[in-house]
Amino acid sequence: MTRSETEQLPRFPFEADAALAPPAEWAEFRDRCPVGRVRLASGDEAALITRYQDVRSVLSDPRFTRPTPADDAARVADTESGGVFNSEMAEVLPQHGPAHLHWRRTIGKWFTAKRMNALRPGIAAMAGQLVDEMVAGGAPGDLKAGLAFPLPVWVICDMLGVPDTDRDRFAVWSDVMLSMTRYTQAEFDDAQAEFGRYLRGHLAAKRAEPGEDLLSALIAETGPDGEPWSDAMLSATGIGLLIAGHETTANMIAKMVAMLLADRSRWEQLLADPALVRTAVEEALRLDANAGVGMQRYLTEDYEVEGTVLPSGTTAMCSMAAANRDERAFTDPAEMDLRRSPNPHLAFGAGAHACLGQPLARTELQVTLEVLLRKLPTLTLAVPESGLRRIEGLAVGGLQELPVRW
Amino acid sequence: MQVSVDEDKCCGAGTCVLLLPEVFDQREDDGIVVLLEQRPDARQHTLVREAASVCPAGAITVHEDA
Repeated sequence: MTRSETEQLPRFPFEADAALAPPAEWAEFRDRCPVGRVRLASGDEAALITRYQDVRSVLSDPRFTRPTPADDAARVADTESGGVFNSEMAEVLPQHGPAHLHWRRTIGKWFTAKRMNALRPGIAAMAGQLVDEMVAGGAPGDLKAGLAFPLPVWVICDMLGVPDTDRDRFAVWSDVMLSMTRYTQAEFDDAQAEFGRYLRGHLAAKRAEPGEDLLSALIAETGPDGEPWSDAMLSATGIGLLIAGHETTANMIAKMVAMLLADRSRWEQLLADPALVRTAVEEALRLDANAGVGMQRYLTEDYEVEGTVLPSGTTAMCSMAAANRDERAFTDPAEMDLRRSPNPHLAFGAGAHACLGQPLARTELQVTLEVLLRKLPTLTLAVPESGLRRIEGLAVGGLQELPVRW
Repeated sequence: MQVSVDEDKCCGAGTCVLLLPEVFDQREDDGIVVLLEQRPDARQHTLVREAASVCPAGAITVHEDA
């Protein structure tokens, strides 16, 4: 296909009118065009997959992974290099096979349910502190800036053994590195270089004086070859955990609270029965209407989806958010049912590459909601729902701010 | 009801353990699933089915008694 033909394709991700509502194209593609052709922000073409079963199958297929820089894959972002997913981090971390499995399982022990439960009191204390500070600033306040954005950085910095005083710099680096369109290539490169320098210094400090944190533990680990992890691997792991765990969770906290307050009977239902927090969090994850681009898969073999053969070399974009509203998989998919159970949504992906940090994300979302219900039961939106503004240009979408009163 | 788990498929997301720690656990060294109860108590069946259906890796199989 020629460049000018590609330019005619619908641009993905699609734009939606309202902050909490899905773009109309999701339902159109699911119904009429389950394997659609779209143009990414980079100008490259990809195949868009939108039905639940198809997204689940592609993501679970062990043959396919995220493209590596060596693949001639479509790029998501419009910066020259294609953003952080085409960066050195993506190159250093093993993406598939035994090396990926070893990396994943070494990190995995830091994300077990037991560890998450042990983290709960600490996360609740951090959330409580942030809520108190927001309240001290007077109503209305911005719950995104005051609570949702800093909390996941605090939690990750804690896991990485980063001092409290450096948390704000972490938040800025993470923001720039995840951006697809809001920063220039030079700004992206600067942030990546600065963060890399910081991490090298941090690693040297941890080698000299190990702590109880994840990076200190990884320094003492060996890879599948029996050799210690290289500094490049350790840094890439730190960067990976930050960008995977920060903006995603921060935006999801704000979107979740916005969804629950937009129809305040939902908030009241939770106040009356706080045991619904767990299923309410899952339902907010399922209904996230601004989840970003989804997951890329580079097809290294021909692959058939809904009768269409995607040739080897195709870049497939799996829209988990579109799949999560598929009426073939969920009853009344547009309804927010705080009791929905089971809720096998794909917000964290599926298969061998499903989000490693999902138990942490769940824990942060649940704890944040519990803290808010307890400390600020009178919480309401300070603007009409139509006044909420989307933030675009991130691999993960969100709200620009979440004005609230209490 | 009988439950089985596939350690090779497991991606260590811990979803099952968060739902039902009486039946599922994770290995300390890599987070992979450990089945504590092959034949869970009838009161746990609903949550076991939920754990199987939401497992991101499809690593939990439930065999219902005939």
